[in-house]
Amino acid sequence: MSNFTPVTGLIGGLLIGASAVVLLAGTGRIAGISNIAHGLIDAWRTHQARRLWLWRLLFLLGMVGGSWAWFTLTGRTANPRADISPVLLIVAGLLVGYGTSLSNGCTSGHGVCGLGRLSLRSLAATGVFMVTGIATVFLTRHLLGL
Amino acid sequence: MMQPLVSLVAGVVFGLGLAVAEMTNPLKVLDFLDLAGNWDPSLAFVMGGAVMVTLVAFRFVLRRPVPLYGDRFHLPTLTQLDRKLLGGAALFGIGWGLAGYCPGPALATILSGNSETWLFVPAMLVGGALQRWQSRHTSS
Repeated sequence: MSNFTPVTGLIGGLLIGASAVVLLAGTGRIAGISNIAHGLIDAWRTHQARRLWLWRLLFLLGMVGGSWAWFTLTGRTANPRADISPVLLIVAGLLVGYGTSLSNGCTSGHGVCGLGRLSLRSLAATGVFMVTGIATVFLTRHLLGL
Repeated sequence: MMQPLVSLVAGVVFGLGLAVAEMTNPLKVLDFLDLAGNWDPSLAFVMGGAVMVTLVAFRFVLRRPVPLYGDRFHLPTLTQLDRKLLGGAALFGIGWGLAGYCPGPALATILSGNSETWLFVPAMLVGGALQRWQSRHTSS
């Protein structure tokens, strides 16, 4: 557990939770990143999504800016893995996009917001993606040695 | 007028939180999922911290009839555990475990020196669009 960072993890988590509370209290919306991103893509196609493009875009721009500001202020850059093939990145991206669209949520929508609402669907989704994530890492790191 | 501003501020705080917690580092995320390896429980503290806040504060927020700047609360209405939910979550977990990126951290770092997300994010958006295209063409 050499890289264990409970304090910054907890502080970051409190910030993420506070963000979700601000968004819900202020606008009545759920801070689920996959739904926000997928909804922005749908804005060209459906009327309903078109009405919502502005807050979604601004939330994502703010998120990019918030991370960027932290890395700039601390003089660091976000770490790429560097050991992953472009093909695997694309396959992973397709699976994450397809899966979050099908299940209507990801780590933030189901994990942070859904668990906060005591949603049974979100609890089940979070349990399932944790288990398949853990199984995938076991398979790739320990059985296949990727 | 206030809605977009609140969204922007919430986004900034969210992105800051991801970066402070180092959830923007895919290897740190994979180390959390790697129970059989050099396990790093940090992600549980991130999620625990976030859920502690939402669990308490959502109760007070949702006690109000409407949000501060909006007509109503837009909450998910589905309650059934169906195949779409569980199957989608399973696929998401596989993709998450393959690369170590979930939607928030991947999007948050597109301008912070991680060019891997320039491949991952478009693929993710295409994957999502593909799912909704498929859903429109199978249900009608």
